[in-house]
Amino acid sequence: MNPTDCKYTKEHEWVRLEGDTAVVGITDYAQDQLGDVVFVELPEAGSTVKQHETFGVVESVKAASDLYAPVSGEVLEANGALQDSPELVNTEPYGGGWMLKVRPSDPSELDSLMDAAAYDEYLKTLQ
Amino acid sequence: MTDPTISSNGTAPPKMANSRGIFAGRQEPVPLIFEMSVPGRRAGSLPPSDVPAKPVDELLPEGERRRELNLPEVSELDVVRHFTRLSKRNYSVDSEFYPLGSCTMKYNPKLDENVAGLPGFRQLHPLQPEQTVQGALRVLYELERLLAEVTGLPGVSAQPVAGAHGELTGILMVRAAHIKQGRVRKKVLIPDSAHGTNPATAAMAGYDAVTVGHNRRTGELDFDDFKAKLDDECAAIMMTVPNTLGLFERQIVDICRLAHEVGCYVYCDGANLNAMVGQVRPGDFGVDLLHSNLHKTFAVPHGGGGPGGGAICVTAELEPFLPAPVIVRHADGTYGFDADRPDTIGRVHGFHGNFNAALRSYTYILSLGREGLYDVGANAVLNANYLMHRLKEAYQLYVDRTCMHEFVLDGRTLRDHGIRTLDVAKRLIDYGYHPPTIYFPLIAPEAIMIEPTETESRETLDAFADAMLAIAREAREEPERLHEAPHVTPIGRLDEVRAARQPDLRWRAGTQRKAAATPAEARHEAAVQGRV
Repeated sequence: MNPTDCKYTKEHEWVRLEGDTAVVGITDYAQDQLGDVVFVELPEAGSTVKQHETFGVVESVKAASDLYAPVSGEVLEANGALQDSPELVNTEPYGGGWMLKVRPSDPSELDSLMDAAAYDEYLKTLQ
Repeated sequence: MTDPTISSNGTAPPKMANSRGIFAGRQEPVPLIFEMSVPGRRAGSLPPSDVPAKPVDELLPEGERRRELNLPEVSELDVVRHFTRLSKRNYSVDSEFYPLGSCTMKYNPKLDENVAGLPGFRQLHPLQPEQTVQGALRVLYELERLLAEVTGLPGVSAQPVAGAHGELTGILMVRAAHIKQGRVRKKVLIPDSAHGTNPATAAMAGYDAVTVGHNRRTGELDFDDFKAKLDDECAAIMMTVPNTLGLFERQIVDICRLAHEVGCYVYCDGANLNAMVGQVRPGDFGVDLLHSNLHKTFAVPHGGGGPGGGAICVTAELEPFLPAPVIVRHADGTYGFDADRPDTIGRVHGFHGNFNAALRSYTYILSLGREGLYDVGANAVLNANYLMHRLKEAYQLYVDRTCMHEFVLDGRTLRDHGIRTLDVAKRLIDYGYHPPTIYFPLIAPEAIMIEPTETESRETLDAFADAMLAIAREAREEPERLHEAPHVTPIGRLDEVRAARQPDLRWRAGTQRKAAATPAEARHEAAVQGRV
């Protein structure tokens, strides 16, 4: 059910390489656990993020949660559409609900993340 | 009235112990006081001025004047009825059962209120000379000694006024102690089950908060993860005991030992001290600091946002760092402030904290005594376990283990029927109960966190359990009834998403709503529609 062209973190972020750009968002499981998302706080283009460190905050009617970068690099773009339509995170977590586009400083970092099959297995351990 | 009192399996729902009638139809809304406004109506009249009036234009410069204030124009009786009506809608532990996990809405004995209201205390001024407030100083001094006895930690300050305030005081003391000893520390370890105030405290004190996981089976700290993250960069580990799943951390002695081996202090978030008060002393299992929420464990009212108390209790080693001034007893038996404390972190609140909160706690502890306090902890645990056993089949537990003062249900079992924890909570309102804490702790998905507290009778617990079981039945048989709940409140299910995204917090002139503008009209409408 989770896209096979993405890699996943234990904190439920996904990252997908599109050419030289890494696209980052949160998983379907994460959005389901959070409930209706009401606010997303993201870094500005030009700033840098570091793998496994926080890059922003997602707030739902239930809770506010930190977002952890799945890969290090320079932020090329934050998804401006989430400002007015944070619900995209719920409705299209792998599509219109993307959060960051990053130029990875070390693409090999992705090797340390889970693939879709491993992430599905990981989710089973959380039941 | 429409009669939903018969549930679908043909049996009447359980008789409710409280008066906030289940299924009695929706309560009529109370209009805003602005909507009751009638031009020219007044609540009082002032005698004519005996000095010549000056035009406002001469007194206030242009730009500082407003032509219209849009204040409601109502009579005195309108005001009295409006606020009395609103006050009757209050839900409080004095009228109903309030099983709010983690936030602990205990009943506070009226004796403590009475003592706090004694004129000799009530009429004190905080700037009076020490020799004229000896009684108040004695209360604070003796309360600190009593808390030292209860916690097993000899250095106490009742200055902090809230739980998070006590935490910050404690972690600032930890920082001062490390600096004094020339130790450079960067991190504070915090379990993922902690209250959100713990990482906030660590960050405010300049430390990095490092999360330690929990063991999914036992609900306790993940000991291996703890050992992997513990090193000589750790200033402290903040442990909530019992933790926010309502479970005792059975490895706490080993956690303290290992932390101390690398010079890391153990901070105990004592928010849940009410579970073990009189039973065990946290100082005895090795913690170095603890704050106690006087407004949770020791009879200070908790609702309404305070004033609370977050007394900090520490080991003899950390005592020099306590906030100054400290209260001392002189050799001649008099009491006073001692501000000559070179290692103190300084003052954390004016006038030695909330004196009235301390006074209630002092009364509570003295009136219960050692045996009474033991019973408080014992009954809190007994009540929680009784309720847990009545509900664990229908709802399933996040961790199935003997609990302390509260327990966490796993609402995921109802998801097959399209029911979420929020639906259960909203439906409880129809049954006349304040819903428990939901979606906390964050580690438990769909959490329903229930804390019955020690003062509730078995009859009350049974009535609440019956309501919860009836709701679990409804969830399976007629889930739409839960989706649409609450049915009895003036306003039904709120659109929480829209409320968060587009908050509309201010009344504006000309936005009068279509609903009945006066309570009488609302009752008339309800009667005509056959709801009452």
